[in-house]
Amino acid sequence: MLGQFSNWNDTIVALATPPGIGAIGVIRVSGTHALELINQLFPKKDLLAQKTHTLHVGFLYSLKALQAPQPQPLDEVVLALYKAPKSFTGENVVEINCHGSQYIQQQIIQAICAAGARLAKPGEFTQRAFLNGKMDLTQAEAVADIIASNTEASKNAALHTMRGGFSHALSALRDQLIPFSALIELELDFSGEDVEFADRTQLYQLLNTAHAQVQQLLQSFQLGNVIKQGVSVAIVGKPNAGKSTLLNQLLQEERAIVSSIAGTTRDTIEEVLNINGILFRLIDTAGIRTQTSDEIEQIGVAKSFEKIEEANLVVHLIDATEAFSSEAQEAALALQTKANKTVTVINKSDEASSQQVAQWLTIAPNALAISAKAGTGIGTLKEALFNAVVTQSFDMGNTVVTNARHAHVLAQIQEAITDILFGLNNHTPGDLIAIDIRRCLHYLGELTGAVTHEDQLDYIFSKFCIGK
Amino acid sequence: MEQYDVIVVGAGHAGCEAAAAAANMGSRILLITMNMQTIAQMSCNPAMGGIAKGQIVREIDALGGYSGIVTDQSMIQFRMLNRSKGPAMWSPRAQSDRMLFAQKWRELLEQTPNVDFYQDTVKELVIHHNTVQGVVTGMGSTIHAKAVVVTSGTFLNGIIHIGEKQIGGGRMGEKAATGITEQLVAFGFESDRLKTGTPPRIDGRSLDYSKMEEQKGDDDITGFSYLPLPKLTAQQQHSCHITYTNSTVHDILKTGFDKSPMYAGRIEGVGPRYCPSIEDKINRFADRDRHQLFVEPEGFNTVEIYVNGFSTSLPEEIQKLALQQVPGFEKAKFFRPGYAIEYDFFPPTQLTNTLETKALQNLFFAGQINGTTGYEEAACQGLMAGMNAHLKVHHQPPFVLSRSEAYIGVLIDDLISKGTDEPYRMFTSRAEYRTLLRQDNADLRLTEKSYRLGLAKEDRYRWMQEKKTGVQEIKTWMQETSIEPQEINDLLIEKNSAPLTEKQKLSKLILRPNIELPEILATIPSFQNLNNTYRPETIEQAGIQVKYERYIEKEEELVQRMKQLEELPIPTQFDYGKIPALSNEALQKFTKIRPHTLGQASRISGVNPSDIQILMVYMGR
Repeated sequence: MLGQFSNWNDTIVALATPPGIGAIGVIRVSGTHALELINQLFPKKDLLAQKTHTLHVGFLYSLKALQAPQPQPLDEVVLALYKAPKSFTGENVVEINCHGSQYIQQQIIQAICAAGARLAKPGEFTQRAFLNGKMDLTQAEAVADIIASNTEASKNAALHTMRGGFSHALSALRDQLIPFSALIELELDFSGEDVEFADRTQLYQLLNTAHAQVQQLLQSFQLGNVIKQGVSVAIVGKPNAGKSTLLNQLLQEERAIVSSIAGTTRDTIEEVLNINGILFRLIDTAGIRTQTSDEIEQIGVAKSFEKIEEANLVVHLIDATEAFSSEAQEAALALQTKANKTVTVINKSDEASSQQVAQWLTIAPNALAISAKAGTGIGTLKEALFNAVVTQSFDMGNTVVTNARHAHVLAQIQEAITDILFGLNNHTPGDLIAIDIRRCLHYLGELTGAVTHEDQLDYIFSKFCIGK
Repeated sequence: MEQYDVIVVGAGHAGCEAAAAAANMGSRILLITMNMQTIAQMSCNPAMGGIAKGQIVREIDALGGYSGIVTDQSMIQFRMLNRSKGPAMWSPRAQSDRMLFAQKWRELLEQTPNVDFYQDTVKELVIHHNTVQGVVTGMGSTIHAKAVVVTSGTFLNGIIHIGEKQIGGGRMGEKAATGITEQLVAFGFESDRLKTGTPPRIDGRSLDYSKMEEQKGDDDITGFSYLPLPKLTAQQQHSCHITYTNSTVHDILKTGFDKSPMYAGRIEGVGPRYCPSIEDKINRFADRDRHQLFVEPEGFNTVEIYVNGFSTSLPEEIQKLALQQVPGFEKAKFFRPGYAIEYDFFPPTQLTNTLETKALQNLFFAGQINGTTGYEEAACQGLMAGMNAHLKVHHQPPFVLSRSEAYIGVLIDDLISKGTDEPYRMFTSRAEYRTLLRQDNADLRLTEKSYRLGLAKEDRYRWMQEKKTGVQEIKTWMQETSIEPQEINDLLIEKNSAPLTEKQKLSKLILRPNIELPEILATIPSFQNLNNTYRPETIEQAGIQVKYERYIEKEEELVQRMKQLEELPIPTQFDYGKIPALSNEALQKFTKIRPHTLGQASRISGVNPSDIQILMVYMGR
C-alpha cells in the first residue's frame, strides 16, 4: 500500500539497478528541481544549459566535500539528462551511471538527499509517470507484470495484455450487453403496460457465446499461471537413483549434496531452470524407499509424496543397474500413478547392460534412457519437459491470462453470466435478472477500465520495487 | 420581529417537510407562504407514490417526515404496483382526496411545536458576508433567521401558457414570485428555465364510465406509514378508470400545434421527457395510434376528475374538442383547461450534498427550484434540507444518505453531481442497489439514523426495533423448521410447483417462485401461532429477506466493492490544477462541482475512468 504522497513535486532519488556488486549502477533522480539539484554536485558543467537527452562525464561531489579546499569526489560518473516532459516520469530526470559498488552508490544517494532530495517509495517513479499522463493504468499494470516476469513467455503474455489482449473482446461484450440492460431497466420503470422491450432470445445467445469465451480465458489462466510462476517439476525415484546428480546436470552446477550413500538428500531442494522461455522449478526429493528406519528420512519420504501430488510435472528416475525384481517393478509402478504428468527416465544407462535397459522399458515404454553422470540424453529430457507443457493446446499467439487479479474478476464475470442464463431459463422477473446484468457489467468494467477498483491500484503499485 | 432558526420559503411538499423536520428536531421555524389556504396543494395529479416514488414516500416516513402519514389519512384508493415482479419493484401508490391532503398537512403542521406561519411573498434574501441571515417580504418587512430554505416550486418568474395566451403566475389563479432569481444571479448563481404541464379538470357527472375500464384498489391496504395508524378500508375506496385516445383525437390536437406555445417557441424551458404532454406523445410516438388515459377522482366529496395522461397547453377549444372524442368523454364538461407553466430553477450542481448552496452559506434549496419534478422528489429534498438547516445552525455534522442507503441518497447525489437539463424524476433504474432500497425495509434502513438525530420519535423507533427482532426470530425459525410433503403438496400443486417427495426446510422451500411465506403460514395449521405473535409486515419482511437473500447479498457485495471509492473524501479546497494528467473537461467539472468523494467524482458526466484513476492514485487511495 502506498501512503499519501503529500509533496509529489519534490525531488526523489533511488537506485534503479539491482542492489549489489555489479559493473555499474544507475541512480535515478526525478522532480521539478532535479537538474538544479544535481547541478550543485557536478561542478564541471552547467547542466541547466545542456540539451535534453544528452550524456555528460565528470566527477560528482557532495555539498560538504565541495566546501573543502581540496574536494574529494564521490565517483566519476556519466549523467544522462532528460528534461520534462520527455522523460519516463514526465518530470526533469537525471540518471547517474556510477561504479557498481554498494558503498559508492550509498554515498551518492546520501549526498543527493543532503542536497534536498528524498528517497523514493516503491513504485513512485511509475506513479509520477502515471500522474503526469505518461501512461494509463492498463499500461502501468502491464509494466508491473513485465517487471515481475522472469521468462520470455511471461513477458510475451504481459506485452499482449498491454496491447489490448482480451480486453477488446470484453469491451465488445460490455458494449453489447449495455443496450440489453437499458431495455430491461426501461421495462421496469415503464411497467404500466406489461411489455418486454429486451429480446430475451438474443440476450441468451449473446451470453451463451460470452460464457464460452470467458471459460476459455479462465482456462488459459492455469497455463498463464504456469508461464508466470514456472512449472513445478518433482524429481522422484529410489534412493541413489541419481536424482541429485540429474538436478546438478540440468543446472550444470553443484547445488544438491551429492554422495553415493543412499538417503543423503533429506530435504527437498528447489532450483529454477529456463527451457526455451518457460520456467521450470525443479524439486529434488528425498529418495523413496518403502521401508526406512531413519526417522528424519521418513519425514523426507512423506514430503516427497506430497510434492508428487502438488507438482505440475514429475520426473521419475529409474536406476537401470537395479535388479529387475518383482519388488523393484512394483515400486517403480507405484510412482507411475500420475502417468499423465510423469516423464520416466532410465538413468545410469551407460553403466547398465542393454538387456537391463530393455527390461525396464517393458514397464515404462516411453521412458528416456540417459546418464546423469555422463550428461548424455539431458538435451532430450529438456525437450521432453518443454513438450509436456507446451502441447498443441497452447499456442503462444493465443491470449493467455497471467494476472491473478484478472483471473479473479473473470471468475466473477462468469458467475454473473451463469446466473443471468439461469434467470432467463427460469423466467425470473426482470428486476432480479437486472441485478446479475449489472454485476456482469461492473466486473467487465473492472477489466476494461470503465470501472476502477482499488485492487487494481494495489496490484500495480505494490508490484513495483524502489527505483521503478 | 423575532429571530428564527430557520425560515422556510414556500409551503408545498418540500416546504412543509422542511418546516416539520427542522421544527421536530428543535429549531424555531417560520413558514412563509403566499397563501395560507394553499398549504400542501397537490398542484398536479391527486396521487402519491408509484414506481420509485412510492419507495421515496416510505423513506420519508421512516425518517419521521409527514408525507406518508398525510397520504394514509387522505387516500381514496391504494394499490401496490408490480406485485408480479421482485420485491424491489413493489411500489405503493395512492389516490388522495386533494382537499383532505392539504387539510391534513396543515393540521399536522399546526400541531407541530415551534412552527410559526406568515402569509406574504419573499422578494429578497438578507445576505451578509456570503451568509444568508433572513428574508425581506413583499410588504417590506425584514425577518431574521440563521438559515433559509427556499422551496419556490413553479412560482419564481412563473408564466402560464394556454394556447396563445400567457399569464404571469405560479399556479392557475395565483401570482408569480419575483426578485430572488435576480438577486441570486447577481451573486453569481446560474439560473435556467424549465416547464411542466397539467391536464384539464373535468366534471365527473358529464362522463360515461360504462365506456371505460374500471381500476379498483387493492383489498389489502398497507399504506405508506410504518406507524400503526388507522388505514382506509377496502370498501371505502374509489375506483379509477382507464380509457384511450384514438387517431381522431390526435388529428384534432394536431390542428392546434401552430398555436401551441411549445412549438411556436414561446416556451424556452425544457419539459419532462418522462411525463410528456399529449402533444409531445403524438409527436414523439407517431406510430402509436392510441395513448392510455387514467381517469382519477379528486376526492371523496367532489365530482372533479383529473385526466392523467392528457397534460396539454393547446388552446382550450382544441383541448375540449379532442377530449370529447375519447370514449366516455363525449359530453365532458371542463372545470378548467390544462396548461403549461414555465419557471426558474437553479442547476443543482451549485449545491453541496446537504442541499446548501456553495455560493451562500446557510441557504438551502429544495424541490422544483433544483430541477426536479414530482411531489415525492420535492418532499424528500425538503426533509433533507430542513434536517441539514437545523444541524447547520446547531453546529452539528451534516446528515447525508449514500446511494446504497436510500433513493433519497441517489436523488441528491444525482442532482449535485450530474445536474439536470430536464425536470428530474426518480426511477428505480437510477438506483444501482435497487434490491437493497425496497419499500418494505425503509424503516430498517433509516429510522435508527433519524432517531439518533432526534427526528424520528421513540414510538417509531421502538416499533421498528420490534419488527427487526421479529424478523430475526422468524428467519431462525425458518432455518430450523422442516415441512412434510403432505402438509404442503396441495398448495404446491395448486401453484404449479413440483410437489415435495421428502421433507424440506422452510428456508429452502420459500426459494421457489410464486411461493410466499404468508401463504405457507396460512396453509399449515401448526404455523398459525406465528400470525398471532408477529405483525404481518414482520412476517412479510422475514419472507423477503430469506427468499431474496442471494440477490441481496450480490448487491451488498458490489456496495462493499465500491466502498473505498465512495468513502474516500476529497478535501473541499483541493487544487485539481496541480495534476497535469487530468483531462481538461475533468479539471473544469471537478473545479466547478467540487465532489465530496471519489465516488461522486466518478459520476460527474464527462469525467472518464482514467481521470478517476489519476485522482485515486494522487490521493494515495
